[in-house]
Amino acid sequence: MSKNREPLFSSKNIKLLSTPLGRENPITVQVLGICSALAVTVKLEPSIVMALSVTAVMGIGNVVISLLRKTIAPRIRIIVQLVVIASLVILVDQVLKAFLYDVSKQLSVFVGLIITNCIIMGRFEAFAMSNKTWPSFLDGIGNAAGYGWILIVVGFFRELLGSGTVFDYQIIPQFMYDIGYKDNGLMILPPMALIVVGIIIWVQRTKDTELIEEN
Amino acid sequence: MENLISIFVRSIFVDNMIFAYFLGMCSYLAVSKTVKTSVGLGLAVVFVLGITVPVNYLINNYLLQPTALTWISPLLENVDLTFLSFIIFIAVIASMVQLVEMVIEKFSPALYTSLGIFLPLIAVNCSILGGSLFMQEREYANIAEATSFGLGSGVGWFLAIVGIAAIREKIRYSNVPAPLKGLGITYIITGLMGIAFMSFMGIKL
Repeated sequence: MSKNREPLFSSKNIKLLSTPLGRENPITVQVLGICSALAVTVKLEPSIVMALSVTAVMGIGNVVISLLRKTIAPRIRIIVQLVVIASLVILVDQVLKAFLYDVSKQLSVFVGLIITNCIIMGRFEAFAMSNKTWPSFLDGIGNAAGYGWILIVVGFFRELLGSGTVFDYQIIPQFMYDIGYKDNGLMILPPMALIVVGIIIWVQRTKDTELIEEN
Repeated sequence: MENLISIFVRSIFVDNMIFAYFLGMCSYLAVSKTVKTSVGLGLAVVFVLGITVPVNYLINNYLLQPTALTWISPLLENVDLTFLSFIIFIAVIASMVQLVEMVIEKFSPALYTSLGIFLPLIAVNCSILGGSLFMQEREYANIAEATSFGLGSGVGWFLAIVGIAAIREKIRYSNVPAPLKGLGITYIITGLMGIAFMSFMGIKL
């Protein structure tokens, strides 16, 4: 072991974990992995399950690719990457089917679509192919967390405003309905997911003006 | 025949890949800056979906499903390979894209140059794998139905990306609040287009 070995949580490594949460967020800034983010967020529970599945696939996948990075020939790297992702996703899918069958039914094809989730391919290409194992692992977890928190926020608001519940527990009290409050049925429908993410982007860029685009 | 048309129209408008399932969003947002490039990408998607869905249909029904292998030997009746479907579908898609690219390059160089970089990118477009997975989930009765579903979804995706590209070209001249510029407003417009497309939902075909 060399003497000047980096500590496991050096400031550089912490940065790998924290920038994807804000400045380099995969959904609101890098525009990666939108498909699944929008489709599964009708309720909080599937959003959390999806976030965890992506975290598992990304963490392990980044480590595998980073270990293999010197043996993968550049010409066939896309196929190698797809095979690694697909095998991990099959594992996740089988685990979900065994232990969380209802959620797995609700997520339907979107578990399989983790394979083509561009966050994963994007991070493999941009990071794991050229970095050591431990930073790659942190990068994977960080990006998955940045993806996950957006999912959870969107899922929370859509479930709260759309069905009046959180985790299927009634949050909006009955007397509110008695005096005329109504759940906003529009929130359950797919297009509102886009608009909620649009609003998150708006809020984020109002705070962090450097992210504002030219046109 | 009527059935085929109904599946086709349904997959364009009611089950639109973008507005109802958000599939292929990444390239939809990234490539929709001008109408010209989005037409190219849209055509490539129609093309690839129209080929991969029927091919994966055959693989699914003659190799993967339980009891699908009986055409080899009745002994294989209990073999269920569906857990392999993700990996096989993605392999078929990746190789199909490669094949299509080579064929187009050989026979129609003009089309090849206009599609350019988009063809290889399509392998990781979620709408392509999504098409195959939906085909598996919905259990279409025969290959003609699967093909019509594949083409229909492609056309739906094409319409969506050309539509948003046209709007984005115009919106450059509007006074959008600064933090919403670019990505933010595109999300919101897509949401509004999605609401418009939802009016097709009640139509029974």
